[in-house]
Amino acid sequence: MKAIQHIGIAIFLVGFGIFISLPFLGNFKLDQKSFDELMVNQGIKSEVFIQDLQAKIVGKDFSGITPLSSIVAEATEKANAIHTKNKEWDKKVYASDDDLATAIRKEAGYGFIPENKVLMWFLTFGLGILGALMFIVPQVVTLGRKGIKNNGIYHQSSTNRGWIAWLVFIFLVSFYLVLYFQSEYAVNWTYLVDPLSKSLNGNPAGHWFVYGFMYCTVMTVMAVRMYIKYRHNKYQVLRTTSVWFFQIVFAFLIPEIMVRLQLSYSKGYDFKNAFPLDYDFFFSWNLKELISSGGLGLFILVWGILLTVVIVPVMVYFFGKRWYCSWVCGCGGLAETLGDPYRQHSSKSLFSWKVERWLIHGVLVFALVMTGFTLYGFFTEAHVVLGIEVQSIMNIYSFLIGAIFAGVIGTGFYPIFGNRVWCRFGCPLAAYLGFVQRFKSRFRITTNGGQCISCGNCSTYCEQGIDVRAYAQKGENIVRSSCVGCGICSAVCPRGVLKLENGPESGRINPTEVLLGNDVNLMELLNKNK
Amino acid sequence: MDHIVIIGNGIAGVTAARHIRKNSDHRITIISGETDYFFSRTALMYVYMGHMKLEHTQPYENWFWKKNRIELKTAWVEKVFGTEKTIRFTTGEVMSFDKLILATGSVPNKFGWPGQDLDGVQGLYHKQDLEQLEKNAPDNKVCKRAVIVGGGLIGIEMAEMLHSRHIPVTFLVREDSFWNAVLPAGESAMVNEEILANGIDLRLGVELEEIIDDGSGTCKAIKIKGTGEIIACDVVGLTAGVSPNVSFLKDSDIELGRGVLVNRLLETSVKDIYAIGDCAEQREAIGRRRPVEAVWYTGRMMGEAIAQTICGNPMEYKPGHWFNSAKFIDIEYQTYGWVSGAHQPEFEEQFHWRHAKEMICVTIAYHKDTDVFLGINTFGIRMRHEIFDRWLHEGRKVDEVIMFLKDANFDPEFYKLHEDAIVKHYNQQREKQIKPVKKSWKRIFA
Repeated sequence: MKAIQHIGIAIFLVGFGIFISLPFLGNFKLDQKSFDELMVNQGIKSEVFIQDLQAKIVGKDFSGITPLSSIVAEATEKANAIHTKNKEWDKKVYASDDDLATAIRKEAGYGFIPENKVLMWFLTFGLGILGALMFIVPQVVTLGRKGIKNNGIYHQSSTNRGWIAWLVFIFLVSFYLVLYFQSEYAVNWTYLVDPLSKSLNGNPAGHWFVYGFMYCTVMTVMAVRMYIKYRHNKYQVLRTTSVWFFQIVFAFLIPEIMVRLQLSYSKGYDFKNAFPLDYDFFFSWNLKELISSGGLGLFILVWGILLTVVIVPVMVYFFGKRWYCSWVCGCGGLAETLGDPYRQHSSKSLFSWKVERWLIHGVLVFALVMTGFTLYGFFTEAHVVLGIEVQSIMNIYSFLIGAIFAGVIGTGFYPIFGNRVWCRFGCPLAAYLGFVQRFKSRFRITTNGGQCISCGNCSTYCEQGIDVRAYAQKGENIVRSSCVGCGICSAVCPRGVLKLENGPESGRINPTEVLLGNDVNLMELLNKNK
Repeated sequence: MDHIVIIGNGIAGVTAARHIRKNSDHRITIISGETDYFFSRTALMYVYMGHMKLEHTQPYENWFWKKNRIELKTAWVEKVFGTEKTIRFTTGEVMSFDKLILATGSVPNKFGWPGQDLDGVQGLYHKQDLEQLEKNAPDNKVCKRAVIVGGGLIGIEMAEMLHSRHIPVTFLVREDSFWNAVLPAGESAMVNEEILANGIDLRLGVELEEIIDDGSGTCKAIKIKGTGEIIACDVVGLTAGVSPNVSFLKDSDIELGRGVLVNRLLETSVKDIYAIGDCAEQREAIGRRRPVEAVWYTGRMMGEAIAQTICGNPMEYKPGHWFNSAKFIDIEYQTYGWVSGAHQPEFEEQFHWRHAKEMICVTIAYHKDTDVFLGINTFGIRMRHEIFDRWLHEGRKVDEVIMFLKDANFDPEFYKLHEDAIVKHYNQQREKQIKPVKKSWKRIFA
């Protein structure tokens, strides 16, 4: 078994090694015809820009790491300076350097990688999946009999913030930086999934398709790990299945198929992604598109509003925010699969809780204020509201919250700060659901009388950084806005103290002075304010 | 404002301190030589197993003590002068008190086995024991085999710990079946199976004769009584129970039995000195409880009670219905009320159900003549403490307990429930026609 696992790690590392070396490899050369088509498709009207770029790029060989975006940036800057001087506003180049560079590179690739897409897919994704499964599946035996097996978590480099954890951290952060800000270097990755992308939506893959596919792959492989690790715990098995299903079907397949069907609403839509997590839902370009896309667009508009205003809070009332955060949400899905080995790193200090409350509610306010601006701008067709350019607020939010917080920090920091950094500190939807869960919900984690031994397993393995023990050892139920109901506290409790359940609202919050088990008179005397 | 000095920073002492602080402005000092900060003793095993670090077993952050004006002193107490109201530390330093609470816990038992003080021979109780085990048995290269002597809760925990690092373990249990003085036969047998299924070399009905020196003062093997079998080992775990940690009080004016003798107000023989937790011994046992109760929960309850007394609201230690819990490797165990092991009282009958495949079983004890429910043990099923406390309080009949068993279930959502099977088995055994009643929130929160 150990041998299979070691071979698995080796195979995984080969696949992973090829994958991370791809941005540095490959040949790129753009011919005149492709270049001309590209300029038309990108809507470039500046002859100055086209001539300049043509001279620098067409017919020239360049490598994987030549910074194309800086060449584009230079040309853009030069052309725009001339057009601004001549007041030729319609000729100015507005496309982002990075997007243009990525588009050029995608067209320009030739040689082994784009010519052997399936083989390259196998050498990267294929070997990665195979190797990972060879490491994971034998755990059925190596973990021992079914039950909680957290043995060695604090002895291993990978799960105890050792050098492996730091390498994973560096990879994840770099990966997100490339995706969001240097996507031209992701072009070689897009070739690998071109065949799949074409079969699903009819188009070649972009870097976001790579990300979506990789997200689903990682979740699937790590869901297998969850099934094995928690095979004695039906709550975990069902929850993992649910969160996996919603990612694959709702976040990945349905949007791709929507594009394929060339429906009136030309983009894909993730029907489970609720505002304000889906922060651009009320951006004016999206609203315009929805309104102008006939029945489907209107349906999505109504559904999106209903989801946030009615469905989400009503469900939280009955089941707690777990129905969304750990059973449906994609961010939660990755956290509960890829992130599970890192859940113990979320800080339980009171200080962190204070930071959490300021940050997450700050982001919620930011999202709502931004949406207020965009809606006002949408209805009045104003670009500037209260002296602030609406677009600039949207840009700041997209950059700071959408990219840096949710992506780079949210996932990149898994191995160091735990798997729910985004969900705990940043997600505006989680903040909103949290209010409902805290103040109007039937959900609670019930503490079983006086059975707590303060061991600390619950707090240690709480991914949301809740000091569960602080409540359990006082015999008090846990009713916290941040709880996503993953159920791990209940699973790791050695004494059967914690149970996630939905019940009557009265008695849900039950502060006690003296715990069950002591003198009845003493308990009555001191717990009378219960 | 009195100066309340508490010796021992375990659950009993810390609970007392917290409640005294809530109810008064007394100056509070907690003394411990073991650690600077309170940690959960029951969680020490998880530190060795790598589930947690020691800091995770500390229920309060380090700022907590200063904020709540609870002074911590790291020192060992050498002597208590009851009438002078002072204590002396091993450093020679003296501290005076107005009221003293002894909460010094236990020490592992040693029964005078030859070789019991050799290197590599240890108990598992203090933080220092954990450090020693980390040194003696870091992996299965340094420790090629460990022998554990004593089949109780700490014994099986220690076996599980060593097993988690793939160290072969031989587990010597004096009784014919694991912990059968406490557990009914069926349950005890199931735990035996669990131990064996984990590849632990369980030896039942076997006693230690001696621990053998390798010539340098370190253990190299043990010898079994009777058969004379020698088992080579690098570590010997002595887990044959614990005794009150009171040796430092031997020549003080405080009256001792096995532990510090206390009355129901937890007062010792010396005025203004109290004892709580493992180290206290009730002059008269309370109900079916033992005079010395070395259990987390009772330590906590005594701490809650003593705080009232100290704060001018004299309160006897009057524990409610007995409850306890443990985990035997992968099997969770809970108990409410009294279910007897091998020494069953004449009036007690038991009903036992065991799952056909899984390590799950239930034993319910009831009064032979009156049918009154006495207690329940569950293995692999979680039960609601409040429900059983209430049912015991109400003196319910066993049939009623069986009928409403679903109200008491505390297993995580979506778990397969076994109440129907249990009731069916009960009906067969006792020729009854009880129908299980659906769970009701209304009754649960009545």
